[in-house]
Amino acid sequence: MNFDRTFAIVLRQYYLMRGSLSRFLPLFLWVAIDMVLWGFLSRYLNTVTTAGMDFVPKLLGAVLLWDFLTRVMQGVTIAFLEDVWSRNFLNFFASPLRVSEYVGGLVITSILTSLVGLAVMLVLATTVFGLSFFIYGLAIIPFVLILFVSGISLGILGSAMVLRLGPSSEWFIWPIPIMVSPFAGVFYPVATLPGWMQAVSKAIPPSYVFEGMRTFLATGTVSGPSLALGGALSLGYLALACWVFQRTYRHAIRTGLIARYSAESVA
Amino acid sequence: MAADLELAGGSLKIYVRPPMQVLSVQSLAKRYGSTEAVRDISFHVGPNEIVGLLGPNGAGKTTTINMILGVLEPTSGAIHIEGLDLAARRTQALSRTNFAAVYAPLPGNLTVYHNLRIFGLIYGVEGLRDRIEELLIHFDLVGFRNAKCGVLSSGEQTRVALAKAMLNKPRLLLLDEPTASLDPAMASDIRRHIRAFADEGKGGVLWTSHNMYEVEEVCDRVLFLSRGRILLEGDPKALAGKYGKRSLEELFIAVARDTGLSENGADGILGAGGAEDAEPAA
Repeated sequence: MNFDRTFAIVLRQYYLMRGSLSRFLPLFLWVAIDMVLWGFLSRYLNTVTTAGMDFVPKLLGAVLLWDFLTRVMQGVTIAFLEDVWSRNFLNFFASPLRVSEYVGGLVITSILTSLVGLAVMLVLATTVFGLSFFIYGLAIIPFVLILFVSGISLGILGSAMVLRLGPSSEWFIWPIPIMVSPFAGVFYPVATLPGWMQAVSKAIPPSYVFEGMRTFLATGTVSGPSLALGGALSLGYLALACWVFQRTYRHAIRTGLIARYSAESVA
Repeated sequence: MAADLELAGGSLKIYVRPPMQVLSVQSLAKRYGSTEAVRDISFHVGPNEIVGLLGPNGAGKTTTINMILGVLEPTSGAIHIEGLDLAARRTQALSRTNFAAVYAPLPGNLTVYHNLRIFGLIYGVEGLRDRIEELLIHFDLVGFRNAKCGVLSSGEQTRVALAKAMLNKPRLLLLDEPTASLDPAMASDIRRHIRAFADEGKGGVLWTSHNMYEVEEVCDRVLFLSRGRILLEGDPKALAGKYGKRSLEELFIAVARDTGLSENGADGILGAGGAEDAEPAA
């Protein structure tokens, strides 16, 4: 890995964002609106349900963490799509740039952009709605890490899909978090789901986070082995996503897809 | 010429090695299913040499360039850039290469300076800040430093693409129709820059163009490609006469139209032009 080349990928995204309000605002605008919407809904539910039931950490906390995963994923995919939209693949891949350096640049970009979104969400959730992540104690660290790694994996897989299927397939990327969320048990315990969906949930790392979060709020403890399994799964998916991207890239080189990528669709 | 010195038995022996080719292509082929886009071609580009890769649309020029750029895997054959095997040492080989192509513009949503900085980092250019300033002056781009590439005219964009292509002082410069869509004055300037690049440094240039006038003016040697094969090779100033044609353009048209060329090498041209002593490319 050459740091300068990875830095160049990050720098390109920084230059793009610095000069463009339409790129900068989405880093935090939609998640901020989500916080406001779910924050008031949580407050309302607190008034109409059993006394002592606090929906703010259960619902608003879950939405915040899910939005974080979504932002991480989009941090990777949008940085990748910038190169699709500007037909830049030939310039990049006909250079000394390695695939690992390119993907590394996308991941670092995602870390930086998702931190902006996370900071805005935390400020809104804590100052306006009184949500404190201190109530989760140290468990918040593995929760965030598992969601972060899962978001990166989804982002890399989504990018590989666009690389393979062509620019017009970018619309497959956007609904990915929505498709995963029912299985992840973001808003309800996984036990609510039918048997086959529960089986799928076991293979989805974020489900261990949201189950762990609810367990912690109910009992004050969190299952270490369960979180470890979620963490191991997320790392496994990350390795799988990188492998898929590398294979897709090799296929694109073998078939000439990279060279012909300016076409609207190569599928 | 490089030389090896050896002291043997009290006498000094000097072994003169031929200069290393900037680009060496051996038996290169690319097949898409049953379609042969490039068929077993071999050629080289030497230091300070500008080689024109000519041929009608679909002849295999861009496929060949894409393989040399590492964005298309050959079905068979080998590519060496300054002796480095592209397949085995891609990053090192491509560090010595750069390119400009009309179908690969720099991102239009970044400024000239930002684009040059990003590609300078990717190509590992030392003293990047100074090198960018040097190229901005050289290509008359100082006034466009902070302009987004997308709003530049096609001539200005070509100059930016060439500035990017020369950032790392490449040993091999690949140019795919660099003067397409430029006015004659601008095209002449670009040719001058490229000729100067080949004359001043140690680099070689592989150039594709449909403009036979500029090929004759700039190239030291040309390769005529048709249906994925090299049909003819030689000095652009002498080649037309050698095949009984009045100009390189007439020779190009003969290559492009002769349907028998793909199977019979240059025999079709020899028949049409009547040059009996000419030799087709191997």
